[in-house]
Amino acid sequence: MTSSTPAGQVVYQRPRSLTATVTHYCPGCTHGISQRLVAEVLDEMGLREKAIGVASVGCSVFAYNYFDVDFVEAAHGRAPAMATGIKRVFPDRTVFTYQGDGDLASIGMAEVMHAAARGENITIIFINNAIYGMTGGQMAPTTLPGMRTTSTPLGRDIEMTGMPIRMSEVLAKLDGSSFVVRRSLHDATNIRKAKKAIRTAFEVQQQGLGFSLVELLSTCPTNWGLTPNEALGFVEKQMIPYFPLGDYKVSDAVKALKV
Amino acid sequence: MAQELLKGNNAIAEAAIRAGVEAYFGYPITPQTELLEHMAARMPELGRTFVQAESEVAAINMVYGAACTGKRAMTTSSSPGVSLMMEGLSYIAGTEVPMVLADVMRGGPGLGNIAPSQADYTQMVHGGGHGDYHPIVLAPASVQEAIDLTVLAFDLAEKYRTIAIVLADGSIGQMMEPAELPPMAPLKKKLPDWAVTGEPGRDRRLLTSIYLNPDDEEITNIRLLERWMNIRASEVRYKEYYLDDAEFVVVGFGTAGRVALSAVRAARAAGMKAGLFRPVTLSPFPESELKEIATVAEAMLVVEMNSGQMLDDVKLAVEGLVPVEFYGRLGGVVPFPDEILAEIQRIAAGPIPDQNGHARQRWLERLALMREGSRT
Repeated sequence: MTSSTPAGQVVYQRPRSLTATVTHYCPGCTHGISQRLVAEVLDEMGLREKAIGVASVGCSVFAYNYFDVDFVEAAHGRAPAMATGIKRVFPDRTVFTYQGDGDLASIGMAEVMHAAARGENITIIFINNAIYGMTGGQMAPTTLPGMRTTSTPLGRDIEMTGMPIRMSEVLAKLDGSSFVVRRSLHDATNIRKAKKAIRTAFEVQQQGLGFSLVELLSTCPTNWGLTPNEALGFVEKQMIPYFPLGDYKVSDAVKALKV
Repeated sequence: MAQELLKGNNAIAEAAIRAGVEAYFGYPITPQTELLEHMAARMPELGRTFVQAESEVAAINMVYGAACTGKRAMTTSSSPGVSLMMEGLSYIAGTEVPMVLADVMRGGPGLGNIAPSQADYTQMVHGGGHGDYHPIVLAPASVQEAIDLTVLAFDLAEKYRTIAIVLADGSIGQMMEPAELPPMAPLKKKLPDWAVTGEPGRDRRLLTSIYLNPDDEEITNIRLLERWMNIRASEVRYKEYYLDDAEFVVVGFGTAGRVALSAVRAARAAGMKAGLFRPVTLSPFPESELKEIATVAEAMLVVEMNSGQMLDDVKLAVEGLVPVEFYGRLGGVVPFPDEILAEIQRIAAGPIPDQNGHARQRWLERLALMREGSRT
């Protein structure tokens, strides 16, 4: 109940860092949530006018339509390299990429690994929904064993295609990474935790503490062939067991941060 | 400034620094590595950006990012590395941001070798990456020209919001000769009004190569093409030697053009009316100038360190007005002046070769005989 709220007081609105653009994302897709969380953090930290976003290729490509901040659109997988080029010439700007699992963990594996290895002072929002959304539901490097996709019509055969890649765990092993965590967007509690992690990641960059990445377990109801509600259940019951939520790298300097 | 003894690779690097490059991203590859090493030492001491990228793919995309901020950005590589940059070059062309690339060409295809070659002509001049775009391509024939064209490349790239390429070869990169560097230019204070800079107090800016609506993409392609037509009309550059009364005109760029000049001088000394036309801009190509020469010359000889990649452009330019012969060396072999002199003598002795059958086929047959002779 909001009985304590005076009549006419705005309690919820579009963050200033988002444009007034009608979403193209499918019903039940969590891209809208993750982009809103990033925008809220940019607003709260007063970063909107000094942020430069780097969009990637896939469903996340249209991030540049939704964020009301300076943006560039990278080639598939190359967003961390492009972000490096921007951050190195403008070290006092807030530079972030927004990448999906095909972009970051398949074609862009080299670029994200080396950005982390260099301790590049950028923030990466990594959307893991275990599938290629934009091209219509093919196997991603994070597709679960046995999961049906259009390129694994009988289910992902790990004998043929190997096991899914746990990117947060991999990146945490690099000495260059400072803050690498995995969160989920399947319910309100986890969404609040995700926002806190995004806030910390941007604080890490603000303080010049190095490479930060927040992996967000996300849905793709359309290509999973599930209803939006079933998709949230799939994240909780199927994805989290393989991709456990948690803090995989929090450097000592980041631990000392008060967020 | 006085002349110094400079190595081509270092000279290109220092010229870029003097021209105000603020960000350099590269990956080691022979025969251009001294260029990266020069940048590694100089850029940090000037407070500018140097990153040794994990690959040429990453390097070109770092350039893409830095170029989007409106600051002067460049990368350099050699043939196999440049192949890896084609994706990024296409995106940069589609986003209409300026950048400079120096390609110090080596023998190929594939891993090839590290000897001087001109076999990237087609890849550089006629695109390379996907989609419709034309970079500016400048071909130096000396260390001095490599310096001058590097400075020019930055100016042209910025003027037209395009890619400007310095297309050198391993011999230009590796040779040392006296040359003069320009004075240090001040860095740009004002960034262009399209630059993505994360600046407060203005509407957001977006730089992208995506135009989902085909009509928008067609408009973009037309804009690129109109810009290119403007470049073609304004930026053609070339050098002429002994052309006033020349009957036999050699056409060659870069190192091949330089070697051909020695041959032309020897031919003149022997009483033959030979001349040299050396394109400096391979893109835009000096088409009308070549056509004009074709109206008075008796024959042309195209000399390249490849299988005749520019030959096709010369033949298009002269529109059949003059017989065009070809002489090339391949795979990292540099021709000697004597070889080109022998070709001039053959053409001057006449009769003008039979134009049925392709110049490339006739050259292949002569090359086979010559290689046979060099073995026995």
